[in-house]
Amino acid sequence: MTASPDTKPRLAVFAFASCDGCQLQLLDAHNQLLAIADRVEIARFLEARSRVLDGPYDIGLVEGSISTPDDIDRIHEIRRQCRFLVTIGACATAGGIQALRNWGDVDAFLGAVYATPTSIATLATSTPIADHVPVDFELRGCPIDTGQLVEVLTAVLVGRRPRVPGHSVCVECKERGTVCVAVARGIACLGPVTQAGCGAICPAHDRECFGCYGPAESPNLVSLNGFYEQRGAPRDHLARLVQNFNPWAPVFRAEHDRLVGGSP
Amino acid sequence: MTAPPHDSRGGTVRRLSVKALTRVEGEGSLRVRVADGRIEIAEFSIYEPPRFFEKLLVGRAIHEVPDIVARICGICPVAYQLTACHALEQALGIEITPGIRQLRRLLGCGEWIQSHALHVHLLHAPDFFGCESGFTLAERQPKLVEAGMRLKSIGSRLTEVLGGRAVHPINVTVGGFHRSPSAAVVRELLPDLEWALGHCLDLVNEVSRFAFPAFARRYHCMAVSHPAEYPLNEGRLVSSSGLDIDASAFPEHVSERQVPWSTALQSLLMPGAQPYLVGPLARLTLCHDRLPPAARAAAEDCGHPLPLTNPFMSIVARCLELAAAFEEAAAIVRSMPADLGACRVAWTPRAGIGCHATEAPRGLLWHRYEIGADGLVKAATIVPPTSQNQAQIEADLRDLLPPLLGADDTTLTQACERLIRSYDPCISCATHFLRLTFDHAGPRHAPARTSPERERGIRA
Repeated sequence: MTASPDTKPRLAVFAFASCDGCQLQLLDAHNQLLAIADRVEIARFLEARSRVLDGPYDIGLVEGSISTPDDIDRIHEIRRQCRFLVTIGACATAGGIQALRNWGDVDAFLGAVYATPTSIATLATSTPIADHVPVDFELRGCPIDTGQLVEVLTAVLVGRRPRVPGHSVCVECKERGTVCVAVARGIACLGPVTQAGCGAICPAHDRECFGCYGPAESPNLVSLNGFYEQRGAPRDHLARLVQNFNPWAPVFRAEHDRLVGGSP
Repeated sequence: MTAPPHDSRGGTVRRLSVKALTRVEGEGSLRVRVADGRIEIAEFSIYEPPRFFEKLLVGRAIHEVPDIVARICGICPVAYQLTACHALEQALGIEITPGIRQLRRLLGCGEWIQSHALHVHLLHAPDFFGCESGFTLAERQPKLVEAGMRLKSIGSRLTEVLGGRAVHPINVTVGGFHRSPSAAVVRELLPDLEWALGHCLDLVNEVSRFAFPAFARRYHCMAVSHPAEYPLNEGRLVSSSGLDIDASAFPEHVSERQVPWSTALQSLLMPGAQPYLVGPLARLTLCHDRLPPAARAAAEDCGHPLPLTNPFMSIVARCLELAAAFEEAAAIVRSMPADLGACRVAWTPRAGIGCHATEAPRGLLWHRYEIGADGLVKAATIVPPTSQNQAQIEADLRDLLPPLLGADDTTLTQACERLIRSYDPCISCATHFLRLTFDHAGPRHAPARTSPERERGIRA
C-alpha cells in the first residue's frame, strides 16, 4: 500500500459496543499519527472529525463488539467497504466485558432481549467481529497500546506483517525485573497465560494480571489454575479471574466453564 | 435533509436530522421536526447498544469492581473507579487516610486534564474557527492545538504515574492504591504542572474572546459541593434551588425515565420532573467561589460575568477548570511528603450498603452498591452525567431554534450539532445503565426497530 501524493490510503474508524477507550488511544497517538497522517487520508473518524468521505477504504479500524441485530448488517457492509480490516481492543476481538451476558441465566438475560415498551433490540450475545466477517488483523488489549497501534498501521502501509508479540506477560515481568507475584507472594496471576503488550504493569504494582490482552500463544490454564488451587486459591475466585474483558476468548471461556462445571 | 415543504394539513413542515453526531464521544443522533414555525420534536437520540453494567456487576467480588466499572468509559475511567471505591468503602465501614484522599484528588485532576484538554482543543474549538476537525484546526492554529496536546499528555502522565496506566488505570483499589506511588516520580511533574497552569490562564483569556452565539439560559444546576474545595471527589449535593442533601438522598430527588428514542435513561429533578444541568457550567455556577486563587482570578477577569449561562461558553468553563486542576495538582504535589508510606487501608468483607457522588469531567456521577456478607455485589446502581443532561439538551434545542428558523437547513442543523457538542456528551457512559422491563414472551432475536432517522449501513 504505497502512498502517492494524489492517492493516499484511506483510513476509516468504526465503533460498536465499547467504552470508546481504544478510539481514544488512536487520538492519543496524535503525535505519532501526524507522521502517519501525512501518508494516509483519515476518511472517516466520527469521534474526531465532521468531514466523512464515502468508502471504499483501504484500512478499516473497528472498535467494539456485535450486540444488536443491526450491528450484524453494519459489520458486513463495513467488511465490503474495507480492503484491510483491523479490529482494535478486547471488545472487538473477544466480545468485551459485555460478553458476560453470554452466560446470563434465562431470567436475567436470555429472555431479556426485547424491551417493553420501547422495542430496543439487543442480541442475547456479545461477540467478536471475527465471528461475523473475516478479519485481517486483531489487535489485543483493554485498552490497546498506542505503540502497537502505530506499529500495525505502519506495517499495513508498507505491506509487511505487524510485529506484535504473542508471548506472555511473564516475559515482560522478566524484562523489567519484577519479582513474580505468583511465586513469591502466592497471588493468583493470569500473567503466564496472557499476551504481552501492556508492559506487565499490574505485577509491577504488586497485583495480579487480570488478562486485559487475552490469551497468549499456547496457554495452559488447567495446569496454571491447578497450581493456584494447590496453593489455596478458591475456585470461584479463579473462575471470575478469566471473566473480565476477554471472557469469550475460547481458552478463557473453556477454563471458566471447566472451573464452574458447566457450559453456557 | 430537506422534507417536503407541506404536510397533509397544508402547513409547512421542516425536518432536520443528523444521523451520526460527530466530535462527540460515542454514537448519537438528532431529530427535529418543525411544523408551522413550532418545534414539534427535538430529540437527542442515543442509539449505542446498552451494555448492562449494573447487571454485570452482580456477583462480582468487591475488589473487582474498580477494574470493571473503569470499562464503562474510556474517557473518564478514573471517575468511575474513585466513585465506586468511596461507595464501597462506605459499605465496608472503612476510612481512608488524608494522604490517600490527596492522592485520589491528584488522580482526579489528571483525568479532568486529559478529558477537558481533549474536548477543548480537538472536539470543541474547531467550531469557533469553522474547522471540521482538530486535524484541520492544527493546520490553521498549530500553536493552539500543539499546546493543547501537551496539556493532555501532562494529564495522561499524571494519571499514569498514580494509576499505572493513562486509560483504565490498574493501581486504584478499594482502600487506596495497590502500590504506593513514588513521591520523587510525582514531583518530577511539577515543572510541567506549573507551565500548564500559566498556559491555561492565558488560554482562558483566548477562548473568552471567541465569538459565542447569543443564547442566555436559566439553568437549574446541580453539583457536588465541598465547603473548602472546588468539587471533585466528595461533598454534598447542591442545586440552584437550594437543595443541599447527602448523596444517599439522591434517588429521592431525581427520577429516571425511559424515552423511546434513546437507549439511555433521562434524569429529571423532582418534584416537577424538571430538566437540570450538571458539568462544568453547573460546577462553576454553584462553586466558583471555591476555585483555587489563580483560577478564580482568571474567572473574574475573563470578561464575562459569572455565572456563565450560555452553553456555548462551556469551553471557557472547561479552560477555567483546566487551570484549576493544574493549580490544585501543583499544590498537592508541592505539599507531598518525601515518602508516601503505605497507601492502602486493609478491609475485610461484610454486608453493607454504600453510595457516593463525585464530579466526573462531565458532571455529577452517582454510585450505589449493596454488598453481601460473602463480599459479593448484590446490587449496583450507577447514574452517569450525560444521562442527567439529556433532558436539558433537548430543552435547549427547543429554545435555540425558533429565532433561527429563517436560516437554511444546513445552518440550523449545524447550530443544533454545536449545541450538543458544547455539552461534551459522553454517550458511551450514558447508555450502559438502561434498565429495561423485558417482555419475556418477546422474540429472542427480535428485529431492530430501526427508526426512520437511523440509517442502515456503515454511515449509521
